[in-house]
Amino acid sequence: MIMAESQVNVSQPETNEFKPKIAAFLCNWCSYAGADLAGVGRIQYPASIRTIRVPCSGRINPLYVLKAMANGADGVLVSGCHPGDCHYISGNYVARRKFALIQSLLKHVGLEEGRVNFSWVSAAEGGRFAEVVKGVTERVTALGPNNGVFKVADGGGTDE
Amino acid sequence: MNSIISDIRETARQLLADGKVDVVIGYEKGSLPLKATPCFVRSPQDADKLIWDETCENNLAAFATKTAGKKAIVAKGCDSRALVVLMQENQLVKDDLYVIGVSCQGVIDKKKIEAETGEILEAIIAEGKLSVKGIACDKEFNFIDVKDATCQTCRYPNPVIEDIHIGGSVEVPQQTVAFADVIEMENRTDSERQAYFQEQMKKCIRCYACRNACPMCYCSECFVDCNSPKWLTGGVDRAENLLFQAGRVLHLAGRCVDCGACSRACPQGVDIRALNRKLTKDVSEMYHHEAGISEEVKPALNVYSADDPEAFLVKE
Repeated sequence: MIMAESQVNVSQPETNEFKPKIAAFLCNWCSYAGADLAGVGRIQYPASIRTIRVPCSGRINPLYVLKAMANGADGVLVSGCHPGDCHYISGNYVARRKFALIQSLLKHVGLEEGRVNFSWVSAAEGGRFAEVVKGVTERVTALGPNNGVFKVADGGGTDE
Repeated sequence: MNSIISDIRETARQLLADGKVDVVIGYEKGSLPLKATPCFVRSPQDADKLIWDETCENNLAAFATKTAGKKAIVAKGCDSRALVVLMQENQLVKDDLYVIGVSCQGVIDKKKIEAETGEILEAIIAEGKLSVKGIACDKEFNFIDVKDATCQTCRYPNPVIEDIHIGGSVEVPQQTVAFADVIEMENRTDSERQAYFQEQMKKCIRCYACRNACPMCYCSECFVDCNSPKWLTGGVDRAENLLFQAGRVLHLAGRCVDCGACSRACPQGVDIRALNRKLTKDVSEMYHHEAGISEEVKPALNVYSADDPEAFLVKE
């Protein structure tokens, strides 16, 4: 995270252009390793994500997604192993049902499509990870800042 | 006094006298007109307190998990479905439970009446009619018109599990379109829905009456009370109210039995049901699961299938 932030300052000069902050929940075994591979392979992608490593996509509590937005994240990316490849056999299968319902509920309460994103990225897909981050960043940038469906005015007060 | 009430009392008296149960959970007349209140009968002579009518709106399954010992419980269709889910989730032991099943015609939505008559001073229910004496005016209502919204679309008026059935059964009304209310909401534009839910969430005062009335909200520590991590601030904020309601609804996904207890308990008239119904529809469409219908089936979010829909994924 510190790396990502410092890179913003080094590689891109300060402008008024909107740069989204995206909370990225990455599964330890696949997507985090995929992100690592993208780094090792020197594949460029926007420094918009703030990585949060979780043991498995099955560990994602729906409240993580909501709380990220309450605290002001402009977008959320959740990524885990491809179905069938879970380190814990079935974590991502169980997560998949949750994710589908989260996505559907968020659309129903009027959150714009594209603010919350779910993806499967394996440890070997460094290039794809960069593509996913690029795509998510483009969509969130197009949507503009977090419009406040979930953003809490003094949400910072609940930071631990 | 109708025969259903006398049968309920007689059953309760017998169960307590035989020592089959320690407590019978039912309804007694509340202190306000058109309001029944949950009642815990522990001795045979108290069985005469029990009543049964269209004001018995609480979901008594909410008390089943909080009451120790062997219990008999007066259950409508939705209460019995809640009991099934609680048993699936190992919150209740079947051997400790005696279900007194009663078919339900639906319960009264007191708020609809109060909107017209003001505070209700006196009310008499007879033959599908209600004569209400209110602070603003007196009025006669047809029961059909003041039936709770949940009961109007109810598909399980008869208990799904029961040890004894009291009274007749109610014919299940045929529905032309299932989830018509949700479909209507889905057909609105995103911004219309956003405006609707923001309006609803503005009303919420986060009293958590919905959570307390819900039979499925039995967590020993609710996420709203959690200090570390602190999911919610103490303040009341439209966005944060939505976080609470959305979080709660996601916890209830595939478990909500659509009893409407949350909406009836809400003092602010927040349309909580609109969110719950949406997820009930999604679970039924995506995973073909309906909560609390059968004890053998596992809850939708406890299982998975290799070919679950994946339409929610990013396109990259």
